[in-house]
Amino acid sequence: MATDSVDPELAARLQELGKEPGGTVKVDEIAEVVEAILTTMHGDLSAVDVKLYDELENLSRFISEAKSDIAALRPDEVKDEFLPKAADELDAIVEATAEATNSIMDAVGEIEEVMSKLKGKNAERLMDATTKIYEACGFQDITGQRITKVVGALHHIEEKVDALLAAFGDEIAKYKVANPKTEEPPEAQKPTDEELLHGPQMKEQAMSQDDIDALLNSFD
Amino acid sequence: MAVDLNMNVLIVDDYQTMLRILRNLLRQLNFKNIDEASDGSEALKKLRAKSFGLIISDWNMEPMTGIQLLREVRADEKLKHIPFVMITAESKSENVIAAKEAGVSNYIVKPFNAETLKGKLISVLGEF
Repeated sequence: MATDSVDPELAARLQELGKEPGGTVKVDEIAEVVEAILTTMHGDLSAVDVKLYDELENLSRFISEAKSDIAALRPDEVKDEFLPKAADELDAIVEATAEATNSIMDAVGEIEEVMSKLKGKNAERLMDATTKIYEACGFQDITGQRITKVVGALHHIEEKVDALLAAFGDEIAKYKVANPKTEEPPEAQKPTDEELLHGPQMKEQAMSQDDIDALLNSFD
Repeated sequence: MAVDLNMNVLIVDDYQTMLRILRNLLRQLNFKNIDEASDGSEALKKLRAKSFGLIISDWNMEPMTGIQLLREVRADEKLKHIPFVMITAESKSENVIAAKEAGVSNYIVKPFNAETLKGKLISVLGEF
């Protein structure tokens, strides 16, 4: 480098960054360091210096573009909205299948009661059928365990996105301000997700049939 | 010697549905006295309070897992003779080996059917 030694302020900054816990450094800080290196290069530059300067300039541009690209992906939405929603939906599946399985087993219990009063082939056939139903109900246990694993994976992704958000500092907040969400959908466009039905609602958000009947009756 | 179908059987699983399935299948196999626990530590308390002739346990439970329960049972002079059947979705060979080394009597992989359950219980307890 054309400068005889590294700028002491820059050297101190580099040393400070090296001590960052967890091996993560904010993207802004990397960009700052690259900029600082660029500004410390002055005086008569050799061919090697020029090459290094070019590379650093490219790196600076790359970081800046990557920052904008990743901010545009809105990782904050992924963490705050999509991941928790996905986890809630999966939990709801487990709950719903458990409820359905218990209802099936309640019904089988009643069949068994009737069965206990029967004798011979019919009793045997019913016994075989109820055994098969119990066996099949095991699906709830298996799906429940698998879904629980997926929910665990989602939490892991959430942690990683969290680390990404921390590394980006206020870059995402700046992007949000610069690109606010439009409330009004443009005319003559395909319906958005918001306009479409979202399938079964979460229990706490959903209206029961009684609620809906009451609402409809209130119009009479 | 004939299997005593009146013996106490302890089923251990953190999924209520699976406890219910097991209870019903065991009842269909004519076992009369079935008790439940939702994890290893609750199971241990019950095992130390009452006499049991068979333990059927899941692996993945909190706070005490099935394999921890198995090790506790085998380390306890009063409990170590009780047949212990592990029923679990953990079908990796290292799990089976770990269970075998800990002294499991038999190992059933979920999902299972009534025939498999009966077959494994016969191999552990004898014909019934």
